[in-house]
Amino acid sequence: MSIVANDLYLHLSGFDLLRNIDLTIEAGKVNALVGPNGAGKSSLLRVLTGEIKPTKGDVLINQQQLNDWSIQDRANLLAVLPQHSELNFPFTAAEVVGLGRIPHKTGFAKDQAIIAEALALVDASYLQRRLYTQMSGGEKQRVQLARVLAQIWQPSDLGEQFLVLDEPTAAFDLSHQQLTLSIVKQLADRGVGVLMVLHDLNLAARCADNLVVVNGGTIEASGTPEKVLTKELIHQVFDVQSVIAEHPVAKTPLVIT
Amino acid sequence: MGGHSEPSQIQSIIMEIRLPRLILALLVGAVLAILGAVMQGLFRNPLADPSLIGVSGGASVGASIVIVTAGGAMLSPLAGLSMVALGAFIGGVITTLVVYRVATSSLGTSVTTMLLAGIAIGAIAGAFNSLLSYFSDNQMLRQISVWQMGNLGGANWQKASLMAAVSLIIFSLLPGHAKSLNAFLLGESEARHLGIDVQRIKRQLIFLTALGVGVSVALAGLIGFVGLVIPHMVRLLIGPDHRALLPASALAGASLLLIADSIARVVVLPAELPTGILTALLGAPFFVVLLLKQQGEI
Repeated sequence: MSIVANDLYLHLSGFDLLRNIDLTIEAGKVNALVGPNGAGKSSLLRVLTGEIKPTKGDVLINQQQLNDWSIQDRANLLAVLPQHSELNFPFTAAEVVGLGRIPHKTGFAKDQAIIAEALALVDASYLQRRLYTQMSGGEKQRVQLARVLAQIWQPSDLGEQFLVLDEPTAAFDLSHQQLTLSIVKQLADRGVGVLMVLHDLNLAARCADNLVVVNGGTIEASGTPEKVLTKELIHQVFDVQSVIAEHPVAKTPLVIT
Repeated sequence: MGGHSEPSQIQSIIMEIRLPRLILALLVGAVLAILGAVMQGLFRNPLADPSLIGVSGGASVGASIVIVTAGGAMLSPLAGLSMVALGAFIGGVITTLVVYRVATSSLGTSVTTMLLAGIAIGAIAGAFNSLLSYFSDNQMLRQISVWQMGNLGGANWQKASLMAAVSLIIFSLLPGHAKSLNAFLLGESEARHLGIDVQRIKRQLIFLTALGVGVSVALAGLIGFVGLVIPHMVRLLIGPDHRALLPASALAGASLLLIADSIARVVVLPAELPTGILTALLGAPFFVVLLLKQQGEI
């Protein structure tokens, strides 16, 4: 099963933000979305997650129209981590992660266990009783990541689940970037379909099964990182000269600029 | 009250004057505080209070219009309610509707626009109030300013039972929204991704606030401080989780208004102070102490 976008167009306040987008996010695969600033990555995420309706075209989750799922059921299938959080109230980390359990009725004890496991997974157990408002940017983002992980912690009987992350690694140091990628891979192995916006092409090449390049509101290229990442494409999309080498260990493409 | 009252007289004072007033104070305090907590959650802003959606400003204009057009002493067709109360309620509800309409588009209700619209409508209401005061004679002016200070002096059983009915609606519906309010603090689209029907809940919360604050203001005048600072204070003590914050705010608001009103009643005997003066005078120093204590911890 999958998230499928058919011929999406988005026209907002006089601008064509998205044109002619066909995209399939398969369950069990890591999909990375890259592209220059203003290319339409965030608009695409917002349409795919149902935050804005496309001007034309439609989005299906597990073969059913996005808007035909009830809000409640959709929350069981799809977890979304935004780039920035507005949260400005002194919840503890455990309480923030607990918000991810709102769509579920698993009971207090089970929820507490999931919260603790999710925090441990993102290396944030030590934050459990700390106040969100007093954390650093990276700590906040890890707690938010744990929140969306807690939301899809258990498989749903409504079908395959999906996780959408908007620049999840932006606030992270090296070790937490690596940690995020390994978490994302584990999820995909469990059958979750992952879609994430990344800025670092090499990070994307390391973890993505499918790399989607967006430019000017439309999809420029998509496929395996080996196929997509070429000198010509990088010059065309980012206007940067580069050399494509092979990562000595991972054997994935390595973009050197 | 004279020192040698007949037992029957004491009983009737307690039953007909004191008891309804006590109940009114408890309920108005609880409703203002719990709705303050709701507004702060909805606007994701710890400085929000029910007046933000225009209800207090509108109520003020409604009351002033009735007073200035010399209907101040008249009783309304509704038993036990003055025309001033009715005017205040109508004014409060109309402004809330206007603010809500301005902020609602096909994309839903924007709380940011609502905040700004509330400020704009509040300014218009303030100007109208000044205008009405300007054209008032001394008697009316005094009536307007006493009303604006908030007063539980006119309590009777009709008012207490009306307030009880409204409180019942509010206290039975709000706890069901506590989890949604927690999710609102993350942001509206995050709340939607957590399976919450954001627009429906927003509409319901705004409606309940207009009803609760509208009736409170109509029955007791403008009582400031309770809706803004009580939830803030309670949050400093027990954290922002609405499942605990809502009931605790109601309890604290009820206590503060009861204490304030009891003092207002006896402190300048044989006269009375308007209750609204006392709520701020009692609550604000406590709030400052809490803030200082919190600063000490950081």
